Amino acid sequence: MTPDRWIVLALGLALIGFIVWFFWLKRAKGVRAAETSGGYQEVMVLVKGGYTPDTIIVRHGKPVRINFRREETAGCSDKVVFADFEKTADLPTGQTVGVEFLPKEPGEHVFSCPMGMFRGRLVVE
Amino acid sequence: MDQLVATQVKPSAPSDIQEKPAKSDHVELPVGGMNCTHCPPTIEKALKSLPGVGSAHVNLADGMAHVDFDPTQTKVGDLLRAIRSVGYAAGTAKMRIPIKSMHCTTCVTRIELALQMTPGVVSARASLGTNAVDVEYQPEKTSFDAIRRAIESAGHRVAEPKPAKEPSGEPVEPEEAARQEEYRTLMRKFWFAAIVSVPVMAMSYPDLVPGLRDWMPAGSETRRIVWALLGLFSFPVLAWSGSQFFAGMWDALKHRAANMHTLIAIGVSAAFLYSIIAVAFPSLFPRMALAEVFWDVTDVVIALVTLGLALELKAKGRTSEAIKKLIGLQAKTARVVRDGKEIDLPVEEVIVGDTVVVRPGDKIPVDGEVMEGASALDESMITGESMPVEKQVGDEVIGSTLNKTGSFKFRATKVGKDTALASIIRMVKDAQGSKAPIQRVVDAVSGYFVPTVMILAILSFIAWYLFGPEPRIIYATIVLVTTLIIACPCALGLATPTSLTVGIGKGAENGILIRSGDALQSSEKLDAIILDKTGTITRGEPSLTDVVAATGQTEDTVLRLAAALERGSEHPLGEAIVKGAETRGIPSVATIGFAAIPGHGVSGSVEGRQVLLGNAKLMRDRGVAIDALVPAWERLATEGKTPMYVAADGQPLGLVAVADTVKPDSKAAIETLIRLGIEVVMLTGDNERTAKAIASQVGIARVLAEVLPDDKAHEVQKLQLEGKTVGMVGDGINDAPALAQADVGFAIGTGTDVAIEASDVTLIKGSLQGVVTAIEISRATMRNVRQNLFGAFGYNVLGIPVAMGVLYPILGLLLSPIIASAAMAFSSVTVVTNANRLRFFQPRRIAS
Repeated sequence: MTPDRWIVLALGLALIGFIVWFFWLKRAKGVRAAETSGGYQEVMVLVKGGYTPDTIIVRHGKPVRINFRREETAGCSDKVVFADFEKTADLPTGQTVGVEFLPKEPGEHVFSCPMGMFRGRLVVE
Repeated sequence: MDQLVATQVKPSAPSDIQEKPAKSDHVELPVGGMNCTHCPPTIEKALKSLPGVGSAHVNLADGMAHVDFDPTQTKVGDLLRAIRSVGYAAGTAKMRIPIKSMHCTTCVTRIELALQMTPGVVSARASLGTNAVDVEYQPEKTSFDAIRRAIESAGHRVAEPKPAKEPSGEPVEPEEAARQEEYRTLMRKFWFAAIVSVPVMAMSYPDLVPGLRDWMPAGSETRRIVWALLGLFSFPVLAWSGSQFFAGMWDALKHRAANMHTLIAIGVSAAFLYSIIAVAFPSLFPRMALAEVFWDVTDVVIALVTLGLALELKAKGRTSEAIKKLIGLQAKTARVVRDGKEIDLPVEEVIVGDTVVVRPGDKIPVDGEVMEGASALDESMITGESMPVEKQVGDEVIGSTLNKTGSFKFRATKVGKDTALASIIRMVKDAQGSKAPIQRVVDAVSGYFVPTVMILAILSFIAWYLFGPEPRIIYATIVLVTTLIIACPCALGLATPTSLTVGIGKGAENGILIRSGDALQSSEKLDAIILDKTGTITRGEPSLTDVVAATGQTEDTVLRLAAALERGSEHPLGEAIVKGAETRGIPSVATIGFAAIPGHGVSGSVEGRQVLLGNAKLMRDRGVAIDALVPAWERLATEGKTPMYVAADGQPLGLVAVADTVKPDSKAAIETLIRLGIEVVMLTGDNERTAKAIASQVGIARVLAEVLPDDKAHEVQKLQLEGKTVGMVGDGINDAPALAQADVGFAIGTGTDVAIEASDVTLIKGSLQGVVTAIEISRATMRNVRQNLFGAFGYNVLGIPVAMGVLYPILGLLLSPIIASAAMAFSSVTVVTNANRLRFFQPRRIAS
């Protein structure tokens, strides 16, 4: 093999390694929901190209309110679905919409847009 | 009347509830100005001091007073006055008013102050975020005009004279406007890219165009300059027409995610970069022929994919047409009686307890109960029932239905987001946003899809560079770009939700509310359906079925005398006889000395004759010879009917029989279900004989009779244990546990009671036809979903390897990136278009 071939091979494999690490292996640290005086665990999530933060940590047995604020017009993100809690909410652009539910048991749940392009994790402790 | 009691229809839900509204009514009144824990008890005390108030509960958290009261003793107005008498605002309406040019926090304070000083305004909260002010006010003290004047006095303008709202209170127009705007922008981007593409395409392949080949030969300085110019032209295409791909990629990358935008952005950037290097540093390439440009790829790919996005956006707008139609049904104004005067109000200002006046041709603004007058209403927009429905005093009317003939007044019972229409819209929206289980397949893939495609693209670049034919670098680049561009995660993601949105919307148009994607998918697989008899297959109330005349008598005489006797009776069977006589046009005559003989029947004097109506025991006790009528009596009884003897002056006249009759379209609907391959089972608490009689009329083979109400759920479970997916059709109140136990619970709802919790599917029109339509819709939708998924998966599974060049060694076939982008744009448009095909679904009309 010529040297240029070796270079392309090495660079290509390195790039693949980077993609695997970047998209799949590195996990974001979660944001813990704050407890309000009303007894709710509240957290604000920005919807723009994804959910920020996209990992939310809550405790079980206490009601959770996640306030979504969507700041884009892309079609995909106009709804958020909590499939495990059978909750959906419309997210009109520029408005804050609260989603409330009660996680009864510890576990991990996914919330996403209906198409699954935007995904977030809810960790119940 | 032992027989009578034995075969009589078991008293079911309707008779139980009818008792209630006569004595008690429930309202929820918003209470303003509560800010402390001692407020609720004060208000509750004031409410309970009123006559006829059963219970009053005031909730500080939601600011509502929940009151049970007797409407004959006290009025909603009295309740409101009681709340106000202890110093709180009651019966307030809420409105969101959009404000023009509100930019600063001082504006917010100024508007709020101006409104709070307006008499009748309870609270005002302006927000820069929504550019609107939320006003809580007492509609009898102020009006929209006064509020607008207050806002104008603060130096601001109301954005629209009347806020267009959907009944649930969320503005819908901005979303639609944003969609329109995005479509127009995308189309402008497309046209720009398309126009630039034409000269760029022509000049990029000078060797193929005879004149150009000589003018700018390969390797010449002219060619380099022309290509550099093409690059300058193409840059705005990349930077402006393709901007959404880069923005989308960046937003996703921040979340360590990748999407369609990522693939397109990387693909076109790779082509663009290669071209820049080819023009700027041709000496880097070992041979001149390798210094090719791909400006055409950048421009055409961006043009086609942008066009695809625009078409997809347009088609997606159509998928939610059903919701838009529902929102459009809402009446804009209501004619309300306030202080004895009839005034026109925006529908948002109508409060519970208002008296609403409706004239012929008017839309009913909110839900309510007829107080005065009568009319026929067209309820087809809600129930799908095409025949007008007669309404009399005490009947429920549904907001958004159309008054046809008469004028009437009704009392508003549900307004705003509580109306049937608003609940329907909310339910349909929730259902459209929910996930069908089939979607999980896609969910499992979607997180891995795009990075996998990127890895595949790099692998094929390496493979072509290492082992491919010369010029390797060009082949490898083309393959990389093509692979990135042909992959279409959007088609996969769109496949299920778009079909679901259209399918569930189609259901709503036909009076069928499907609660979730889960319910829709399960309905498709049903192989057994249990039908509750009373109120589901049958009307749930008895009616006259047969009149038998003894020898020498006429049926008219028998019926005339029987009906005359029963006119005084309040027994449901008696009412059935009277109604039957009326429909047959029998003249009514008076009865003297009516007497009920408990357990036997009734007697009285009609037209000077002593008439008896009742069972065999009554006849024998009074010495009437009924032997000649016994065979007819037995025949009727075997048919599940309730026959009664009629005699006059000791002579037998004949028989009248009543029975709970089958709804006109039940038989046809059940036949269709059986034809669809579904086993139909009838479930009833009635005795075996009545049950069998009804079952044979409608063609049901399997009957579960004498089932106690509590055991219905158990029967459903038994059928499930046979390995069947079981649907249960019932009224949603008595049958709630059975509906919940079934794989799919169909609740037959009527009127405004649409949000039946236990059910997966609510049939607003009380007909079994709805079950057939629901199953047909679910089958059509799921078939559509599968077509979409098959198409989307198939497209990617075939397209990606071809783009990687697996066919090259065998067939010498390699895709051009331009073809790939056309295929990619086409695939997601196809998916959405296929889902839109469901809009043309027509429920089968069964002749009844």
